[in-house]
Amino acid sequence: MTFVLTEDQDMLRETAMAFVQGELPVTHLRALRDKGANGNDPATRKKLAELGFFGVIIPDEPGGETFGLVGLGQILEAQGRTLAATPLMQTALIAASALQLGGTPAQKAEWLPKIAAGEATFALALDESAHFSPYTIATEAERNGQGFTLNGLKKYVPDAHFADVLIVAARTFGEAGDRHGISLFLVPRGAKGVTIQTLNTVDSHGAAHISFDDVTVPDAALIGPADEGADILDPVLDRSAIGLAAEMLGSSQAAFDMTLDYLNNRKQFGQLIGSFQSLQHRAAKMFVDLEMTRSCVAAALAAVDAGKSDVAELASLAKAKAGELVHLVSNECVQMHGGTGMTDAAEPGFYMKRARVQEALYGSASWHRDRYARLNGF
Amino acid sequence: MAYDNAEQLEEFRVETRKWLEENCPPSMRTPMTDDEVVWGGRGAVFKNPESKLWLDRMGEKGWTAPEWPKEYGGGGLSRAEARVLEQELRRIKARPPLFSFGLWMFGPALLEFGNHEQKLRFIPDILKGKTRWCQGYSEPGAGSDLAGLQTRCEDKGDHYLINGQKVWTSYADKADWIFCLVRTDTSTKHEGISFILFDMKSPGVEARPIQLISGESPFCETFFTDVKVPKDQLVGRVNGGWEIAKRLLQFERSSISAGGFGGAGGSGILGPEDYAKQHIGTDEAGRLIDGDLRGRITDHKMCAKAFSLTVQRQTEQAKAGQAVGHTASILKYGAAKMNQDRHELLIEALGTEGLGWEGDGFDRNAKKVTRQWLRSKGNSIEGGTSEINLNVIAKRVLGLKEHQ
Repeated sequence: MTFVLTEDQDMLRETAMAFVQGELPVTHLRALRDKGANGNDPATRKKLAELGFFGVIIPDEPGGETFGLVGLGQILEAQGRTLAATPLMQTALIAASALQLGGTPAQKAEWLPKIAAGEATFALALDESAHFSPYTIATEAERNGQGFTLNGLKKYVPDAHFADVLIVAARTFGEAGDRHGISLFLVPRGAKGVTIQTLNTVDSHGAAHISFDDVTVPDAALIGPADEGADILDPVLDRSAIGLAAEMLGSSQAAFDMTLDYLNNRKQFGQLIGSFQSLQHRAAKMFVDLEMTRSCVAAALAAVDAGKSDVAELASLAKAKAGELVHLVSNECVQMHGGTGMTDAAEPGFYMKRARVQEALYGSASWHRDRYARLNGF
Repeated sequence: MAYDNAEQLEEFRVETRKWLEENCPPSMRTPMTDDEVVWGGRGAVFKNPESKLWLDRMGEKGWTAPEWPKEYGGGGLSRAEARVLEQELRRIKARPPLFSFGLWMFGPALLEFGNHEQKLRFIPDILKGKTRWCQGYSEPGAGSDLAGLQTRCEDKGDHYLINGQKVWTSYADKADWIFCLVRTDTSTKHEGISFILFDMKSPGVEARPIQLISGESPFCETFFTDVKVPKDQLVGRVNGGWEIAKRLLQFERSSISAGGFGGAGGSGILGPEDYAKQHIGTDEAGRLIDGDLRGRITDHKMCAKAFSLTVQRQTEQAKAGQAVGHTASILKYGAAKMNQDRHELLIEALGTEGLGWEGDGFDRNAKKVTRQWLRSKGNSIEGGTSEINLNVIAKRVLGLKEHQ
């Protein structure tokens, strides 16, 4: 079945939901923000590792069973509910997927157990402009006899301000915009010539700009064949879009629940404001959108695990729908809370700020709508 | 017969396949045009004699309603068996043998609320397509506020006497019987409504077709003047009709959202992107030249996909025994929007080709789109307006309070 969780996945979901409510409420993000942590939170990382959340898509032994992306999606949805800043997206989803899809046996043997144990964190260094455009890569990786020399700039890389290892998309052939000629490299954060500029972002999760100045890496740092990195990147980015859509679904649901609660408590003109039809209809429409998006996210997660051929189409559907949803719900959350929604003391603002970051990463709704049309031949 | 293991289910599949092979006439495995639809009833029209054969055979087996109890002529199949039958019918592209408000709406309600004699009397004829039913719900003064209905039903001792008027009665001019909401108590609102059945041939019944903006007349105004109805034709208890009415509306909304609003799909009508390509054109990368229209078509197609995934999700969850809440209203609301958006985009993509009414000079399918576009405007009105559906979601699903 596509839309019904297995018993194990259901338990994982329950565990994750309880964990974020108990340990990572929005007040936790607020506290991190107030001490300038930019979402870097080693204590939480340790708890996530103890729960096994980093290894959800990594089998204990090769070919073994996992919770699948459906399982990981439940955890990401949970963290979206409370806007928790965790390395799960970059490390447990993106790095684990990239290594599983393209890593050499040695890379897998070295890194997958460390990822699963929460002992190493990763960041995918991809974007070079302010907009997602995965093949527009100008960062160069030139062959140097023993390996490659990297030069270039990466922008707004999530988790790069603390990650141990960077997965860098660089060009070994062709020009920015070409699908062919992209290669993926594992680069330790401490490598000579790597400069990381931590960014204070609007959502308090942080990120970093990275510059690579004559950074040398060995051949063994290459994930998959040179020039063919897009064959790994494409499915990894589909999964990223789907995983992020799951997180956005969680954020939307939480912002919606908060709004509903306010509508059922706040009184004006001697009435609960939730009894006003103009607000009821807007709430009902948001609920319909939530239900529709939930179906898209579930279908996309399941399609990856089932190895279906329409993953790309469903990834674009899920990310676009989740983007539209979280945009609408976060705005309505502020609006329906009235003046309270404008205050820093209340939580709607946190949801709206995080929403815009979620919307921009791994392709905006408009980027994915365009791709959906292309995939459908018009 | 309950097949509870895979082996028995497989056996059922083999038998079913064999039976369909022998009994489903070849012409019933081809796509159907609108005028070939079989609605059954006393005045049934069979454009193709094999349609009658197919209906008789399926009706005899009770497979027009596979899961209804055998006792009343239904198929008596388990959910799993019914699914197998469905799959096998789909496999050979068999036509539905019967379109019927009896099957979709009235039958399920009667099975839930009717007494044994009523079920014995009415259910078999629904299954066999011998009686065509229509729905007497809306009135000129009771549309969205359905419970405000005024059609009077007086107890005259040995019979009831009905006076009043219904409107938007689908196919009342072609139906044999009506299931009708009437007022048996004028001192209260919801608690004064009863659910009653009578023959449309009864003296005092008159149905007048209403011509719609699409040119078609699928609905009637229906007048009742001193219509006498035997007392055993009231379903449930006197003044207990509102509960039945609401349940039946759920069946109606589900059947609308499950089947969609029909139109545009099959029957030679293409998607808006196809007409846009044809009439507007594409660039060298194959993208529609009109970027704005391209965006709106994409948005619509994504919404439609999200909608169909939601229908699928709710079906799966229901099968797995999970609560799905008041989904009928959500899906009815969504189905109406999808179908209307689709037709607006079809008309826009067709340009003036989509603005023909009748006669030569326009593509045949394009003229069909024009009529369907006009008809689709009713989707957000019939079976509960979209606004009423939003009220239902707000109050019953989200728990928002009534205005005091």
